Amino acid sequence: MNKIKTIIRKEWSEVFRNRLVLFTVAFLPLIMTAIPLGILFSMRGETGLETVSSEMPEQFNAMCPADLNGGECFQVYLVSQFMLMFMILPLAIPATIAAYSIVGEKVTHSLEPLLATPITTIELLVGKSLAAVIPAIVATWTGFAIYAIGAWILIANKSVYAALLDSRWLIAIILVGPLLALLAVTFSLMVSARVNDPRTAEQISSLMIIPLMLVFIGQLAGLFFINRQLILLAAFFLIIVDGIMVYLSTRVFQREVILTRWK
Amino acid sequence: MIATDNLTKQFGTVKAVEDLSLEIPEGEVFGFLGPNGAGKTTTVRLLTCLIAPTSGTARVNGLSVGKDDTDIRRSVGVLTETPGMYDNLSAERNLSIYANLYEVKDVKGQVEKYLRLLGLWERRTDPAGAFSKGMKQKLAIARALLHEPRTVFLDEPTSALDPEAAHLVREFILEIKKQGRTIFLCTHNLDEADRLCDRIGVFKTHMLVVDSPARLRSQVFGRKVVFHLQHVEEALVHGIQSINFIKDARQIDNKILVTLDDPETHNPELVRYLVNQGAEIQFVGELRHSLEDVYLQLMKNS
Repeated sequence: MNKIKTIIRKEWSEVFRNRLVLFTVAFLPLIMTAIPLGILFSMRGETGLETVSSEMPEQFNAMCPADLNGGECFQVYLVSQFMLMFMILPLAIPATIAAYSIVGEKVTHSLEPLLATPITTIELLVGKSLAAVIPAIVATWTGFAIYAIGAWILIANKSVYAALLDSRWLIAIILVGPLLALLAVTFSLMVSARVNDPRTAEQISSLMIIPLMLVFIGQLAGLFFINRQLILLAAFFLIIVDGIMVYLSTRVFQREVILTRWK
Repeated sequence: MIATDNLTKQFGTVKAVEDLSLEIPEGEVFGFLGPNGAGKTTTVRLLTCLIAPTSGTARVNGLSVGKDDTDIRRSVGVLTETPGMYDNLSAERNLSIYANLYEVKDVKGQVEKYLRLLGLWERRTDPAGAFSKGMKQKLAIARALLHEPRTVFLDEPTSALDPEAAHLVREFILEIKKQGRTIFLCTHNLDEADRLCDRIGVFKTHMLVVDSPARLRSQVFGRKVVFHLQHVEEALVHGIQSINFIKDARQIDNKILVTLDDPETHNPELVRYLVNQGAEIQFVGELRHSLEDVYLQLMKNS
C-alpha cells in the first residue's frame, strides 16, 4: 500500500507541474459547471416560456413532473442537455493525466529504473491508474457539487431543483463517472504501448469522448432521451467493458512487454 | 553473487543471449564487454528480473530468477543506460521516491548520505532537469545504492561524462567495491574496465572469454618483452630464437621484441645471454597490450 501511495504522490507532483494537465483538471470542470449554471442564471424570472412545452420531445414531456409549468419544464429540459457534459470530465481528465504520466515516463526513460524496484506490476498499475482516476472523480464530483449549490441558489421553485437533480443524474455522476474514468485510464494504457508522444497519446485517448458527444447530439436532436433505465444500462455495460479493459491493460502493462515492445 | 547456467533469451527468432554460463563471486567487479547489440543490456535485464529467460537458469544473491523476482529486485541496485530521473522533481524528491519504493527504513538519512557522498547535497532542492549529464548520472548512481544492495548492476556508468566526472564515478565504484559489494559493470570504456575490474567477460550473444585483464592479454597476445640495445646484430636475434623457452624474437630498429610465456622466470637468463653476447642493454620492459587490442582481436576472431 505504501508503494501505491508513493506512486500516486510521485505522479501528482510530476503531472500537475504540466500546464496542460493543470488546465484540464482545473478549468474543464469550471467550464462544465458554468454552462448549466449560466443557463439557469439567464433564465431567471423569464416569462413567456409557458407554451414551449410543445417544442420539447414527447419522451421528456412525459417525464416532466406534473407540478411544473411549461417554462419550468423547458428550463429542466435545457439544463438536462448539458448535464451530459459533466460526463466528459471523467473521460478527459484521466486520459490527459495518464498520457503524460505513462508516455511521459516512456519518453524520459524513467520507466526502467522504476520497474527495477521491488514494486509489483499490479502495485504500479494500480498506483498509476488511481493517480489518474482520483483527480477525475474529485473534479467531477466537486463540479457537480458546485452546480448543485449554485442551482439551489438560482432556482426559486424547489420542484424544478428536484427535477434537475433527480436520481438519474446522481447515478450518472456517482456510478457512471468513475466507470468512465476507469475506461479512460485503461484505454490510455493501451494507447501508451503504441505511441511515443504524450500529446499524441492524449489526442488518441480523447477519441473516447466521441461516443459521448454522439449521445449528446442524439438527445439534443430528440432521437432519445436519457432516463434512469438508460443510465443504469450504461453503467452495466461499462462494468463489463471496464472488466475487459482492465484485463487487457494488465496484459499490456507487464515489465517485459513495456521494456521490449513499448517502442 | 551471480550464477547463470545456459541462460538464453530469444525474441522471436533472434537470440539476444545464448547459453550464458557464468559465475561471479561475491565482492568481485566483473566487466561485461561487447559491441552494441551484443546482448549486454538484455543480460542485465534478465539478471535484474525485468525480463524472463527463454531457457536456462540464473541465481542472484542466492535467489532464483523467475521465482524470487521481487526479492532479487530488492537486493540489487541498477544503473540503467539512461539516468531516467524525474526532471521536474528535486534531486532529494527523486531519491526519496525510490527510497520508499525500495522500502528503506531511514529514507531521509539514506538520501542525505548519498547526496553528500556524490557531492550533490548543496543542489538537493534543484530540479533534476536542471542538472548536467554528469550530475544526473551521479544522482542515478545514488538511486541505485540507496537501499544498500549487495549486488550492483552498472550499465555504462561513465558514458557521456566529462573526464573529471568520469574519474569521480570510477573512484566511487572503487569505493563501493571496498565495501564488498558485487559489481556487474557493462562498459565500452576498455581502459575503465582494465582499471576497475577483477575479471572481464567479452560477450557477443554468447560469452567469448572470461578472465582477468592480465591473463586475457597473455592468452590473446602472449607475453612480450622489449630489449632496447645500443646496437642490434642479426645474429643476436637468431641466437635468441634458438633458446628453448623463447617462442618468437623479432628485431625492430635497435630493439628486440621477444615473446615468451614466463618472463619473471626467464628474463634473468635472457639478460645474461645478451650480456655474454656483448649486447649493451639500455632498457628492458614488458610490452603491455591495451585491453582494446585484446578486445579487437577477440572480436576479429569471433
